[in-house]
Amino acid sequence: MTGGTVLANARLIDPEAQAETIGSVLIDDDGQIVAAGAAPVPEGAAVLDCGGLCLAPGIVDWGVKIGEPGERHRESFRTAGLAAAAGGVTTIVARPDTDPAIDSPEVLEFVTRRARESSPVRIRHMAALTKGRAGREMTEIGFLLDAGAVAFSDVFRVVEETKVLARALTYARSLGALVVGHPQDPGLSRGAAVTAGKFASLRGLPHVSPLAERIGFDRDMGLAEMTGARYHADQVTVARTLPALVRAKANGLDVTAGVSIHHLTLNEFDVGDYRTFFKLTPPLRCEEDRMAMVRAVADGLIDVISSFHTPADEESKRLPFEEAAPGAVGLETILPAAMRLYHAGDLTLPQLFRALALNPARRLGLSQGRLAPGAPADLVLFDPDAPFVLDRFALNSKSKNTPFDGARMQGRVRATFVAGRQVHGAPLPEGPVTVTA
Amino acid sequence: MTFRARHLLGIEPLAPEEIRTVLDLADRYVELNRRTVKHADALEGMTQINMFFEASTRTQASFELAGKRLGADVMNMAVAQSSVKKGETLIDTALTLNAMHPDLLVVRHPNSGAVNLLAEKVNCAVLNAGDGRHEHPTQALLDALTIRRAKGRIHRLTVAICGDIAHSRVARSNLILLGKMENRVRLIGPPTLMPPGVAEFGCEVFDDMSEGLKGADVVMMLRLQKERMDGGFIPSEREYYHRFGLDAEKLAHAAPDAIVMHPGPMNRGVEIDGTLADDINRSVIQEQVEMGVAVRMAAMDLLARNLRAERGRALTGGADV
Repeated sequence: MTGGTVLANARLIDPEAQAETIGSVLIDDDGQIVAAGAAPVPEGAAVLDCGGLCLAPGIVDWGVKIGEPGERHRESFRTAGLAAAAGGVTTIVARPDTDPAIDSPEVLEFVTRRARESSPVRIRHMAALTKGRAGREMTEIGFLLDAGAVAFSDVFRVVEETKVLARALTYARSLGALVVGHPQDPGLSRGAAVTAGKFASLRGLPHVSPLAERIGFDRDMGLAEMTGARYHADQVTVARTLPALVRAKANGLDVTAGVSIHHLTLNEFDVGDYRTFFKLTPPLRCEEDRMAMVRAVADGLIDVISSFHTPADEESKRLPFEEAAPGAVGLETILPAAMRLYHAGDLTLPQLFRALALNPARRLGLSQGRLAPGAPADLVLFDPDAPFVLDRFALNSKSKNTPFDGARMQGRVRATFVAGRQVHGAPLPEGPVTVTA
Repeated sequence: MTFRARHLLGIEPLAPEEIRTVLDLADRYVELNRRTVKHADALEGMTQINMFFEASTRTQASFELAGKRLGADVMNMAVAQSSVKKGETLIDTALTLNAMHPDLLVVRHPNSGAVNLLAEKVNCAVLNAGDGRHEHPTQALLDALTIRRAKGRIHRLTVAICGDIAHSRVARSNLILLGKMENRVRLIGPPTLMPPGVAEFGCEVFDDMSEGLKGADVVMMLRLQKERMDGGFIPSEREYYHRFGLDAEKLAHAAPDAIVMHPGPMNRGVEIDGTLADDINRSVIQEQVEMGVAVRMAAMDLLARNLRAERGRALTGGADV
């Protein structure tokens, strides 16, 4: 093919312009977007009919746990990649909390090669901030950056020693590296399974005050101010953390924040009768907190939504709640779950894709996340209204620990494109040669 | 008479009339237990397994006696905690036990919700004999029976529950039961031993005994676990006794005919004064133990009836095919 491909007759979701238009996207043979909108179809281009469905930049899912190395029985690069393609996720930003941790350039090179060989979607890697994620010595941040690490994080393990974290932040700053923190006071949250409150007391489960998040966030903001480092809070889930985030941004700190799709769509009562698929890190919060997080995403205060895809096998979930492994898979459900917020009228589609694609790509220095000339043609075509009942055993992930099992959902991915190549969904029908805007 | 439950996992799923049904039947078993010949045949031919993942003498003995008096074959399983991880043992043990066709399974486990998890895996009726900090339903039922017999009613009473509320499944089950039966519940204890959000349960919370006990009809003391006394939750045993230990002076704030209860085993001189605990005019602690056997007989009898009805239906269904 010489004239590229046109995805025509689509409802374009442009997170940069915060606009929705009917139009088409022209992709060249190198897999880049040439034009988006009402562009004329060049001679010789293949025209595919999107049938009026939504076409948006593919999701950049920041914080995905893949079991390689160490826990391939839970998830491999191949199964995670298939799940991502099916879920409209075109870039996975993988977590370094593997076994062993991704804390050296050698391990990073290994996983990078494995990912390239086996995944239909792009996979980028975060590296550990401290060796073995033990919180004592910083990793080789320079070498790891050269080897392709997009950010540095000990994931849910908080670096407790402030001096260690201060030095790592200072060193990272000199290299322009992004550090991802988990705002949480480790002393208060140790052993906790749910958020303190009526539900925790009713179920008799060990709990943590929601303020433990604010305390952790305040500490990290102090260190960010002290060192001038680039900092991203992986998950802000509590309303009382928000004023501190507003203040940090207003003070000019280089700070962004994310939230998980689960904390935007579920609350503490969903745990119900000790359902361990709802045990997450941090634990689900009260309804007021959930609503506050949704508003913060709408306002742009919270920058990023991700799934925090955490595969856990049946063995580790079929335990008493306190002892069960935390985490939920999310690569394939992040889009339909996000559609709940759209259908509820809480967030528009451009607002959602700002947090799902544009902002995470931007913050990580990736060129994805935009419907603009020059951006990679990583795209998701979806029907926001298509209803279905989720069956966890139909998921592509090796692990089936989704909190949405049996849930009625709306929003199905019709096709996923990575670098202009379709990696999921039946081939689109060829459309009319002339395309009207 | 109404009792629909398949398992007794907690007070929370029970309706007030189901609670009344258990208490009414238990009253009859109290009479039986006071006779010289104490046998009934409600569980004749049935198998009851007591599985205690946490050490217990009193509750286990009470369940064992209750089962034996109703004619069940009772087996006590000593579940070792050391060798395998607790959770793994739980599911494995449940499946193993299920294959032995027990009819009643009495379970105590240190994790909240563990008994619910187990109930999903077996075909028999499961009784929760205490799970973590969650519920201890037969304790709340025996307390209710004790109160009803002493006070003549189990509604519109002011009940003060005092001590380590946060770590107590007894407090939780009692709180729910007393609320369901429309009583006024007060919780008294140091704020470090008070669960968060507890005021939302519709009870009043106090950290001062003289205020909290004012006019109370029933004073329920809770056991303070040794491991909580080390300065983590309270400064010391003696300061706790000074502020929250029940003695005649503090009890004087309660109604003149208030009864004193304790789920046992007691720490004399920590949460309760020894003389007061033995005062037969105020303390109903020995009655509680007696009611325990009767309430457990009633609960198992009712669950066995439902089990028979269910199996009867299943058999009839099979015969039609």
